[in-house]
Amino acid sequence: MECKGKVWKFGEDIDTDAIIPARYLNTSDPAELALHCMEDADPEFPGKVQPGDIIAAGKNFGCGSSREHAPIAIKAAGVSCVIAGSFARIFYRNAFNIGLPIFECAEAADNIEENDQVEVDMKSGRIINKTKGEEYSAVPIPPFMQEIINAGGLINYVARRVKQNA
Amino acid sequence: MAMTITEKIIAAHAGRDSVAPGELVNAKVDIALGNDITAPVAIREFEKLDVKTVWDKHRVVLVPDHFVPNKDIQSAEQAKMLREFSRRHELVNYFELGRMGIEHCLLPEQGLVLPGDLIIGADSHTCTYGALGAFSTGVGSTDLAAAMALGEIWLKVPAAIKFVYSGELSPWVGGKDLILYTIGKIGVDGARYRSMEFTGPVIEGLEIDGRMTMANMAVEAGAKNGIIIPDDITKNYVTGRARREYDFLDSDPDANYEQIYDFDVTNLSPQVALPHLPENVKPVEEAGDISIDQAVIGSCTNGRISDLRQAASVLKGKKIDPRVRAIIFPGTQEIYRQAVKEGLVEIFIDAGAAVSTPTCGPCLGGHAGILGAGERAISTTNRNFVGRMGHPESEVYLSNPAVAAASAVAGRIIHPGEVA
Repeated sequence: MECKGKVWKFGEDIDTDAIIPARYLNTSDPAELALHCMEDADPEFPGKVQPGDIIAAGKNFGCGSSREHAPIAIKAAGVSCVIAGSFARIFYRNAFNIGLPIFECAEAADNIEENDQVEVDMKSGRIINKTKGEEYSAVPIPPFMQEIINAGGLINYVARRVKQNA
Repeated sequence: MAMTITEKIIAAHAGRDSVAPGELVNAKVDIALGNDITAPVAIREFEKLDVKTVWDKHRVVLVPDHFVPNKDIQSAEQAKMLREFSRRHELVNYFELGRMGIEHCLLPEQGLVLPGDLIIGADSHTCTYGALGAFSTGVGSTDLAAAMALGEIWLKVPAAIKFVYSGELSPWVGGKDLILYTIGKIGVDGARYRSMEFTGPVIEGLEIDGRMTMANMAVEAGAKNGIIIPDDITKNYVTGRARREYDFLDSDPDANYEQIYDFDVTNLSPQVALPHLPENVKPVEEAGDISIDQAVIGSCTNGRISDLRQAASVLKGKKIDPRVRAIIFPGTQEIYRQAVKEGLVEIFIDAGAAVSTPTCGPCLGGHAGILGAGERAISTTNRNFVGRMGHPESEVYLSNPAVAAASAVAGRIIHPGEVA
């Protein structure tokens, strides 16, 4: 999968209630969740986000609840990846587990602005800001997380282990 | 090697003599928990795996508490998934309406989570059980699905931060104020990925309910877990509840902490977190002249019997301000029964408050107390994010139960000493 698109910029401490408010958690259907993605941070976001677009934000993105619906909503909205200064820990796990690419990079979070055209090389973690002609390096993905990604998400990884145990 | 209590518990569950911060381990879990929001997703993922049933029908715990009593057809369908899954897999610890409670009040009460345990739950406030000297952390639904199948979880061993509380607590000041004060000092990511160990003479004197309030909100500082060394207070609490072995562990005197905070909490006032982050903390006297429309007393943070006693001691013989709706949510059926027995429910009703069956309800803007545009609540819950209790233009102020009760009487946020 390629991460390449226009950036939507958000602030610091974007919580999971902003990403997907609990009033919509009476469903876990990704398409329905996508209709309300980031709604309480920007009510127009679900209408204007295009496939491939990128979310960039400050520190502690995804703080708050453990709801996996948060990365699911972002992924289903067509967002190709999230770049943030840092991620809250449960959101970080959940994003990997469901296959939403995320990149931790304070420099990128500081310098990328809304509407910038950005490309990320998944393998190297190089973040290229086409609009500004800048490059940033994301914190490398830990090898174990890479293994989960290579397996195609946690469930596939676990399925393999289940087979080994059998 | 010197270890913290958190490191010792992780090591013991990973089959290791020792672990160090940053290491990735595969650990056995004692309890895996899900609710009516997170478990439906976990069940769907679980069913993709080629396993006949859960790893242990005694240790997978499902509690429909968020949108229960079912608030609409869709939430009824979600709760039904849990019910059917529990029957199919003969889960011993599925808790139905009328016999249930808010998960993080219920599991300790039922003796399902014990000192020395390693617990994961698909709910961020699973960190509550650290109050009993367990390692307990919130995860997502897919992690829960994996744990339901394997009885294991991969974990990165967190670095530790120690908080030492000393001094004398003032009247109307307790666990909620200590944790709000702490989050106010270190910020909502001040303990991101870290273990928060709460220690010192003030913690040693704190009753179990107040300890649970503190551990509950560790996640509000970004922590992986919050933990308190078990002692006689812990022993008294688990005695008679535990139906299996447990382990009292301690941190080594020379254990490694990334940071140590010393807080003298003498003269600490009741604390209030202003919108829209739990770190926007001020002493109640400095909160400003804030009129309120609703007061919520309850939740996994402050829905235990001592919380209700505190609220009742303020509300006794008083009337809720005519402009305010006050809603009390006992944490479990047992707490509800106790509150009836002690006459607390009568005090609440006499004061003009509504008393609800246990549910997460308005805490997450689910149901049973949603705010309209421009409305404001004082709440003993744990989060005050934008839209947390309803309309994106509503506001939530977090406090302890005495402040919430006193504010309900005054119609504005005040120190309990002003009315009690």
